[in-house]
Amino acid sequence: MADFPENLKYTTEHEWLDQSTPAVIGVTDVAAEALGDVVYLELPEVGATIEAGSVVGEIESTKSVSELYSPVSGTVAEVNTEAVDNPEIVNQDPYGKGWLFKVEVSGTGELLTAAQYAEHTGA
Amino acid sequence: MGEDRKTPLHDEHVALGASMTPFGGWLMPLRYTSDLAEHRAVREAAGLFDLSHMGNINVTGPDAAAFLDHALVGYISKVREMGARYSMICAEDGSVLDDLIVYHDAPGEYSVVANAANAELVLAKLGERTAGFDVVLKDVQPGQALIAVQGPRAAEIMLATAGLVEDAEISGGTAFADLKYYACMGMRFEGEPLLVGRTGYTGEDGFELWVSAEKAVALWRALLAAGEPFGLVPAGLSARDSLRLEAGMPLYGHELDTTTTPFEAGLGRVVRLDKVSDDGTPIPFVGRDALAARKQSPPARVLVGLRGEGRRPARADHEVVQRGVGTEVGAVVGRVTSGAPSPTLGYPIALAYVTPEVSAEGTELAVDVRGRAEPFVVVPVPFYRRPQN
Repeated sequence: MADFPENLKYTTEHEWLDQSTPAVIGVTDVAAEALGDVVYLELPEVGATIEAGSVVGEIESTKSVSELYSPVSGTVAEVNTEAVDNPEIVNQDPYGKGWLFKVEVSGTGELLTAAQYAEHTGA
Repeated sequence: MGEDRKTPLHDEHVALGASMTPFGGWLMPLRYTSDLAEHRAVREAAGLFDLSHMGNINVTGPDAAAFLDHALVGYISKVREMGARYSMICAEDGSVLDDLIVYHDAPGEYSVVANAANAELVLAKLGERTAGFDVVLKDVQPGQALIAVQGPRAAEIMLATAGLVEDAEISGGTAFADLKYYACMGMRFEGEPLLVGRTGYTGEDGFELWVSAEKAVALWRALLAAGEPFGLVPAGLSARDSLRLEAGMPLYGHELDTTTTPFEAGLGRVVRLDKVSDDGTPIPFVGRDALAARKQSPPARVLVGLRGEGRRPARADHEVVQRGVGTEVGAVVGRVTSGAPSPTLGYPIALAYVTPEVSAEGTELAVDVRGRAEPFVVVPVPFYRRPQN
């Protein structure tokens, strides 16, 4: 059963966003499930300037690779090195230990509420 | 395109929570829980697979063996009773139409097991090749299920399965304990005769059981129940693919296709140019002339194993390149046919066709992974070999 915490915002590309400062970004359990076991993460570099809606990394699973989009514009403040070293935590805890990167936000792209995202995924 | 077909075990997969995916015209389980967990279960204990999508063509009649010698590249008349043989069906030009396993499962009787996506083609091609032979071909796949138990605990699980028993009357003279690799025997499940093969596609010990559609669910459940204490889990197509890749086994549509001859794939041994009839004359099997010529000329490309030195896996269709400076992409020397992170070995592995000049073991190459050269080195295949006791 998919789980979409109410306090988060979502993108149609299956990222979630915690609007704290800096903002925390990860992928949803729907994405984690669809990908299969995540085995490799390519995340943006700390200090990089990124644009909302642009490709900022890659998530590679046993069977496929998918692009990671940023839901916000801004400067990358931190990346989750623990997830880079142990990518399986993206599957195990997508909203917790499996977060991917943090951004000092300068602008946001189109974001969905939990209910809108649930509708988008058909969950 | 019609709807994807469902195997007799479809509802079982759904009940077990499987993600279902279209594959070769069928709706098949991709995974039940996790690709890695299912893969590891097969290496460490056992996995249960639904292979009912595989084609199964029964060949009978006085000329069955001679017909298969003519229609396939293998020396099928030399396969002993209750033996099995990996073979191929080629076109006149020597290209591979499918790779298959032939079981000599009764006196004068054979079963040809084909890939799901090629099953219709194989049946049609075999049909075209029956002229002059007294044989009957029968597509026995509808109404049947094929269930495989693969892994080091597979034999114990078979022995522990309720309702699955040996019966000397239909065993073909083989005791289960003596069933050899690449052989088959008759057994019974709940009284019904079924064929049990010991072939496998995962690099592990394992058994394949052909059962009627009516008994399929009962057998699946009996195997699962018996296997649970041994660590048996149902395993999907995803684990099957990573297992076969570690075992270096070719997959039709990846390593083999109609642009490939068996020689480039490193499978020249399956082409038996030495097939002769009783009077010593060569048997003119379909594709023979082209394959004989092909054997004389060095192949333009060679199938090799690649081991990744980084963590990024190469995938099918990525280009193999010369190593440049750093992540710079060098000249193209080949193409990846299958690639994945190896769950057992912990590094990326791939099969690729490369030019012969760069095919030697230890050659340092790279794969263009979305614009960045990832270092790979040529290694022997199989990548993984099961420990021998």
